[in-house]
Amino acid sequence: MAAEKLSVVKAINASLRTALENDPKVLVMGEDVGKLGGVFRVTDGLQKDFGEDRVIDTPLAESGIVGTAIGLALRGYRPVVEIQFDGFVFPAYDQIVTQLAKMHARALGKIKLPVVIRIPYGGAIGAVEHHSESPEALFAHVAGLKVVSPSNASDAYWMLQQAIQSDDPVIYFEPKRRYHDKSELDRSAIPAPLHAARTVRQGTDLTLVAYGPMVKTCLEAAAAAEEEGKSLEVLDLRSMSPVDFDAIQASVERTGRLVVVHEAPVFLGTGAEIAARITERCFYHLEAPVLRVGGYHAPYPPSRLEDEYLPGLDRVLDAVDRALAY
Amino acid sequence: MTVDSTAARKPRRGSSKRAGAKTRAAAPGEPELVQLLTPEGERVEHPDYSIDLTADELRGLYRDMVLTRRFDAEATTLQRQGELGLWASLLGQEAAQIGSGRATRADDYVFPTYREHGVAWCRGVDPTNLLGMFRGVNHGGWDPNENNFHLYTIVIGSQALHATGYAMGVAKDGADSAVIAYFGDGASSQGDVAEAFTFSAVYNAPVVFFCQNNQWAISEPTERQTRVPLYQRAQGYGFPGVRVDGNDVLAVLAVTKAALERARTGQGPMLIEAFTYRMGAHTTSDDPTKYRRDEERELWEAKDPILRLRTYLDREGLADEAFFAALETEADALAKRVRDAVRTMPDPDNMAIFENIYADGHALVDEERAQFAAYQASFAEESN
Ligand SMILES: Cc1ncc(C[n+]2csc(CCOP(=O)(O)OP(=O)(O)O)c2C)c(N)n1
Repeated sequence: MAAEKLSVVKAINASLRTALENDPKVLVMGEDVGKLGGVFRVTDGLQKDFGEDRVIDTPLAESGIVGTAIGLALRGYRPVVEIQFDGFVFPAYDQIVTQLAKMHARALGKIKLPVVIRIPYGGAIGAVEHHSESPEALFAHVAGLKVVSPSNASDAYWMLQQAIQSDDPVIYFEPKRRYHDKSELDRSAIPAPLHAARTVRQGTDLTLVAYGPMVKTCLEAAAAAEEEGKSLEVLDLRSMSPVDFDAIQASVERTGRLVVVHEAPVFLGTGAEIAARITERCFYHLEAPVLRVGGYHAPYPPSRLEDEYLPGLDRVLDAVDRALAY
Repeated sequence: MTVDSTAARKPRRGSSKRAGAKTRAAAPGEPELVQLLTPEGERVEHPDYSIDLTADELRGLYRDMVLTRRFDAEATTLQRQGELGLWASLLGQEAAQIGSGRATRADDYVFPTYREHGVAWCRGVDPTNLLGMFRGVNHGGWDPNENNFHLYTIVIGSQALHATGYAMGVAKDGADSAVIAYFGDGASSQGDVAEAFTFSAVYNAPVVFFCQNNQWAISEPTERQTRVPLYQRAQGYGFPGVRVDGNDVLAVLAVTKAALERARTGQGPMLIEAFTYRMGAHTTSDDPTKYRRDEERELWEAKDPILRLRTYLDREGLADEAFFAALETEADALAKRVRDAVRTMPDPDNMAIFENIYADGHALVDEERAQFAAYQASFAEESN
């Protein structure tokens, strides 16, 4: 099949459609996912084609959504639940952290929890509070959960396929500011493993690691840096739990410098873990300390200030300059 | 109808019956609800709830509803013009909000969700304050203690617990004020709301739960949240619940007054389900044509809360043309004031990102604030 060009939203929709077609145990659940097709239209048309029994409009209760998804999974279903916005996952956080993450271990591996939790996340859409947050570290910190985020249509499609097929709970963060960006999807391709990082641009002077919405920003930064004669490598991490440290290490051993970029607050974020591990692994290869660019230790600000809060080209390039100055 | 009508009963004032007032039973197939003013603008009586208002007071309620609707329409327009990022319209819910808002006393405390612009109006919150959050210049923008009107709450259902805790505090203090929490029919599914019912009941907290059942939670109809009428939920928790015609400002006022009075006099919580309708979209980002039919809206337009009071005022000769003309002028002026205020609303200073994160300060915030300031300053130097 030839590659098609489509948006991230359409790719996720296509992926859900494929999963619903291929496996009668797959269910789609969430608020407004039915007739409305979700507030971002990610589930558009699915209820019409697969019925209310498989594409389920749930009551407005996130703890209920995840809690019942756990029960359905125990009964052999593979629920894919939608949390409407990042800031609304917390009523379900208890179920996710105290129950979903730990049951497999408590049952000595005898039960499996193939639950996927889709969460549109991140900012830059001019929304009111609780609609722009990046809480991935809160989930990555919890053993028993896997945490991933695609940055383009192809990954959106394939990583969701893999997440649904996984017997582990997967938190699937969707970069909502990139929902309408189009890129190629080849449905006959053999996808990379779910937790493998990918080199999206090769370079020799410094490695930029990003995931989700910040991959595009880092590619733009790399293009801008090239005009100044700097060669930046960009790695799309794709998975925040587990993290593909080998891929980062391999890149850093060649470039000698690392900057990690994410929208989430820097303090105790994904970047902190990467900086620590890579410092351990690559101490003698590093020409500069690992730097991080991300959000502040502040609540996500009102939308008129989000451009200042979010890492943009300037802040990424500033960190690049600082790393190269060592 | 009340589940526990004796508990919710309010002593009736002798003079409350107007000549010709009828008691109206629910028509077959219609939900049972407390009604004092029919959709046709006809005054009726209810055995448990009555109200006797002066012409002045009736005109006041009408004025509140008209001004609130105008404010709301102006905000919707401002959103369309790009001045606001989002707006949650209350169109159709004016009676539920004005009736309940006017039932509160200055020392009562209100915990709203995000659509309670009419209640805010009754509490004396400057309407322009409500717009900052939707414009994206702040996350709230008013001092909740100034008018005992708490900040808007986006996370569905959370405030029901805050209201309950506040009410527990009121009771501990031996005060005789009451607390009212607003939420939607969708919110009734949240665990927080169920937990608020539990806490308020076991601690006999002086809190009134005011659920505006506007029939929809974004695209999901009330049937997606419950199989029993929402007001009946209260019974299982051990306090009374009542369904009131949410488009009847008189009935909402009477029922809310009674519930607040109950709370004040130590009789504990009560649930009011105001049966109403969201005439517009959920917010300006929503497209209701995806999930509901125009005929439904038309049906509810016939029950318009403002129209019915207008009919009543006209019929009883309680307001003259001069009143309506003056109100029109006042509404235009309000709209203009709101428009001007929004257009000139300054963007927050960049450093606001780091303000008010901790009451006692925090070293990491101080460090990041300084870094941010230096980084911002570096651009200023470059352009010099
Ligand atoms: C915990 C949580 N989940 C989801 C949302 C997204 N959301 C915002 S409003 C809304 C529907 C609310 O319906 P209802 O409670 O009936 O109130 P209404 O808006 O109709 O007044 C939803 C799902 C949210 N704000 N908070």
